Amino acid sequence: MLKLEKRPQPSKAWVWLAPVVAVIATMIAGGALFALLGKDPLVAIRTIFWDPLFSEFAFFYRPQLLVKGAPLILIAIGLSLGFRAGIWNIGAEGQYIVGALTGAGVGLMFYPMEGWFIFPLMVMAGALGGWAWATIPAVLKVKFGTNEILVSLMLVYVAEQLLASMSLGLMKNPEGFGFPGSRNLQQYPSAHNAELIAGSGMHWGVVAALIAVIFAYVMLTRHILGFHIRLTGEAPRAARFAGVNPARLVLICLGLAGALAGLAGMFEVSGPAGRVSIDFNVGYGFTAIIVAFLGRLHPLGIALAGLLMALTYIGGEIAQSRLGLPAAAIQMFQGMLLFFLLAVDVMTNYRLRLTWREVA
Amino acid sequence: MKLSKLLTTAAFALGLATGAMAQDKLKVGFVYVGPVGDGGWTYEHDKGRQAVEAEFGDKVETVFVESVPEGPDAERVMTQMALDGAKLIFTTSFGFMDPTINVAAKFPDVKFEHATGYKRADNVSTYSARFYEGRAIQGHIAGKMTESNIVGYIGSYPIPEVIRGINSAFIHARKVNPDVQFKIVWAYTWFDPAKEADAAKVLIEQGADVILQHTDSTAPLAAAAEAGNIIGFGQASDMSEYADGPRVSSIIDNWAPYYIARVKAVMDGTWTSTDTWDGIGPGMVGIGEITDKVPADVKAEALALKDAIAKGDYHPFTGPLNKQDGSVWLADGEVADDGTLLGMDFYVEGIEGTIPN
Repeated sequence: MLKLEKRPQPSKAWVWLAPVVAVIATMIAGGALFALLGKDPLVAIRTIFWDPLFSEFAFFYRPQLLVKGAPLILIAIGLSLGFRAGIWNIGAEGQYIVGALTGAGVGLMFYPMEGWFIFPLMVMAGALGGWAWATIPAVLKVKFGTNEILVSLMLVYVAEQLLASMSLGLMKNPEGFGFPGSRNLQQYPSAHNAELIAGSGMHWGVVAALIAVIFAYVMLTRHILGFHIRLTGEAPRAARFAGVNPARLVLICLGLAGALAGLAGMFEVSGPAGRVSIDFNVGYGFTAIIVAFLGRLHPLGIALAGLLMALTYIGGEIAQSRLGLPAAAIQMFQGMLLFFLLAVDVMTNYRLRLTWREVA
Repeated sequence: MKLSKLLTTAAFALGLATGAMAQDKLKVGFVYVGPVGDGGWTYEHDKGRQAVEAEFGDKVETVFVESVPEGPDAERVMTQMALDGAKLIFTTSFGFMDPTINVAAKFPDVKFEHATGYKRADNVSTYSARFYEGRAIQGHIAGKMTESNIVGYIGSYPIPEVIRGINSAFIHARKVNPDVQFKIVWAYTWFDPAKEADAAKVLIEQGADVILQHTDSTAPLAAAAEAGNIIGFGQASDMSEYADGPRVSSIIDNWAPYYIARVKAVMDGTWTSTDTWDGIGPGMVGIGEITDKVPADVKAEALALKDAIAKGDYHPFTGPLNKQDGSVWLADGEVADDGTLLGMDFYVEGIEGTIPN
């Protein structure tokens, strides 16, 4: 019979093989699902994974990958630092919203003045907003020992109410005929996070995501803080002996994750989205959790996972409109990805063995 | 040999024919904010899409994407449809307004139709329905039917569209029942069955025996059915599956005639950018069958009101009407202008509470 046996050491090969196997398993199971829905599975898989990259209209979809992937990567990088140290920030969605609000708020405050300094101020405000929102669960955890998972998650709903209130009140466009939503920052040059090269999809958020990947990589491999983070996650007792201050680590990890999520929100609201509106947030903060794990909490892995996730979104929309696949099928397909990853992950720590039990 | 040759020729001819037909086919795209199975807002838009297919058959091809978030995702979906050859695209949520304008600027040859917005361009039309006309009839029935004199109202977002509906329903409920009170709960969602059910339960606990809703799911009706002795109305769709239970009538969005007319206009080359705001008269707003729970005389009055509105003899916002603070809004016999209605951000006199912002 088959038996799971714990490996003495986590398998290095499986750490990197698991995501690949998970993607392939998702394609097979997803293909079966699409076939059950009466669609050609090969065409569906091709539409999702191939067409956005290499079809006739790839010139449009490739830049969109950056636009959709950048916030995911930016947020996931921040989350991965905490996750490595066993600090679970589930509320990135809220930090993303608050960063967008503070960032856009600064921009709207200056309207209609033009000036080079406005956008940098918005960037700082966005990061600060996200940082402050994430610091709430951090401080509560450090001071009162509350659970950061619950507090950060609950603060998402608070942030959503704040967003609705801002869209309907303080930040409402005075020229919007009473409709909710702020002015469109795309039409305010000093506050607009425009594409750096037209048609490339490269906006400041993409640049920030790139920088975040590099910084996180350097920090984790070369810096003492990165060492402390890894040590705390892998061997908490050893970390304490090595002089790691857990309270400080909680504040840093949650604060950094919040600042990055806030930045992502700020770049989104001033660029692709353009305006503060009630339904501004579309779940990047939650999807980034999947991205962080799919990328093995490794900066380079996260960059790839973010792009892959963006691909399934964009390809999924194409599949919906061209093949008439329901949105729910696409969401299931994305869910399968995490499901299979977690399942295959067993192989990292365990190995399969055939054993013959002797009959007594 | 002969047979196979015949078959090849036939196949070739067929291929040519379908090729030619594909060129004649007008591709029409629909971008939905919710799932097509929401039973309300998106469901009715999708029925409009199906009506277009039924009307034009082989001459059209419709495509749609559901549950599209408002913002950059919507922009991408519209661009993708335009790239894939759609010549007419309906974007069916208020939040799609700026994305529609952005994409329309990039595709001057593609026509866009945006529901419930106010921004237009040479290739962008807007359209909406005068749902407040239906609300007047709802209010009339609600005012007559309530025994507790408390009518619960589930609002989605405090935007002019929703406030207009509350005012219209309240005015007509008060007209037939001077003691009636409205309790309003804001759900801050268009479609969230769990939240909507909670809102309905809260209102019922506060003594409401009539529930009006401006959210799209059937959850409030389900909650009303569970509580018993509560009546409600279908919203956006007929929701006739609750006709044996709490649903006594409904406001139905009927987009089909408009969609068919606009598709035809593109085919004929007569499409121009317009702003349409139609009501019961042209059939964009329908009133679902009034059930036997409603006494015959009330039903007759409601239908008479419907006819008067449809013919244009009566406007639901006719003075004398005061604003909530007591100041005069409309003098005796004065009719509200569309501009004020479109931007309505105040309650009429008698409604308690403030509009959140």
